[in-house]
Amino acid sequence: MAVKLKDEILHDHNDDGIDRRGFLKCMAWAGTGALCVMSGGVLKSYSLSRLPGLSPKEAMGELSFVQISDSHMGFNKPANPDVAGTLKAAVDKINALTAAPEFMLHTGDISHLSKPEEFDTVDQILQSAKPKDVFYVPGEHDVLNDDGKQFLERYGKGSKGGGWYSFDKKGAHFIGLVNVMNLKAGGLGTLGHEQLEWLEDDVKQLKHSTPIVVFAHIPLWSVYPEWGWGTEDSAQALAYLKKFGSVTVLNGHIHQTMQKVEGNVTFHTAASTAFPQPQPGKADSPGPMKVPAEQLKSVLGITDVNFVQGQHALAVVDSTLA
Amino acid sequence: MRKSVSIAVLTAALVLGMGTMAVGQRNFLAGAQQKTETTEVKIDNFSFGPGTLTVPVGTTVTWTNRDDIPHTVVSTEGAFKSKVLDTDEKFSFTFSKAGTYPYFCSIHPKMTGKVIAQ
Repeated sequence: MAVKLKDEILHDHNDDGIDRRGFLKCMAWAGTGALCVMSGGVLKSYSLSRLPGLSPKEAMGELSFVQISDSHMGFNKPANPDVAGTLKAAVDKINALTAAPEFMLHTGDISHLSKPEEFDTVDQILQSAKPKDVFYVPGEHDVLNDDGKQFLERYGKGSKGGGWYSFDKKGAHFIGLVNVMNLKAGGLGTLGHEQLEWLEDDVKQLKHSTPIVVFAHIPLWSVYPEWGWGTEDSAQALAYLKKFGSVTVLNGHIHQTMQKVEGNVTFHTAASTAFPQPQPGKADSPGPMKVPAEQLKSVLGITDVNFVQGQHALAVVDSTLA
Repeated sequence: MRKSVSIAVLTAALVLGMGTMAVGQRNFLAGAQQKTETTEVKIDNFSFGPGTLTVPVGTTVTWTNRDDIPHTVVSTEGAFKSKVLDTDEKFSFTFSKAGTYPYFCSIHPKMTGKVIAQ
């Protein structure tokens, strides 16, 4: 990917740190890392080069967790014949973070072909990460051939239906959704009626001021439907979350960082730890993008998320493995 | 769709040349013109090629995944379903009954194709 490294906002008309030409700029910053702070539904974004000017509280917060995605263990073709090596590099990056994350989210495609040994390898590598708890949602590569049976046996204890669940951490409500099952010909990711009903019920009793973090594999916003990069019934899910002042949606699947804000909802996709995919429509297909070996780690990465209690702010920081 | 083509084929086989068919026969002839000896479908760049394949009943069609990402070949109506196909892996199915068989990749459902057996 020809990532143009920008570290300044060019068109900040409203003085809020947002380039009105679009949040794709966050994607352009991925090479150096971008910090996006949401406060009361307003997103502020900074490049990492401006971080020294932020107070530690602004930059770190009280709850810190990290998102990794798309490990694709078992993939062994160009541009990355060593996806175990780059996952280890991601763990090293996590272990080096100044604010130690309390837990990890893995937003799916843990494995490439749903093979037991692929899951075993990821489990083994992640054991060396400082955060011991990992919360998973499946990617389509994790539920091949068995409708997700193996995934649920390994990672879905206590989950509902096809593997969805929620939990609370320091006043924030986390919701893991599954949108890679029962996909229909010609369609996109799907949540399904049963899961949507569960979601409606799950958030019913929560205060509107509760920060919500939703994580799922396929983006819950329409990134590029032509490549299947979206979820058919995500609008219904988001309708149930409309009443909340702060909603952060974390996805994977597209192997590149991208961000979008709609009202109080911030959508963010994480980089893969395995291989990059092309920007929407910039190639014949969304297949793996081949980059020179020396550039690989600059297009892979992790996402560090910090929650500042009381400020209802989530700071989302992408860092590459370079 | 499948039903109408089956009827077209049966009827055509019985009364072809008798000149009494209208719509059914025209459909059959249109299909016949596209008819090809190809029994291979290649998966390249997240698409099935050819997207629509017309074969005589009894033909075995073989799909080959030439992408470096796994795909599947799954009949929309449940007629056939491959295991996941990694790079260069193949799946074959013999079309012993006339009909139109739409299918897709259950991992990347935007990938769709069709086999017409007649």
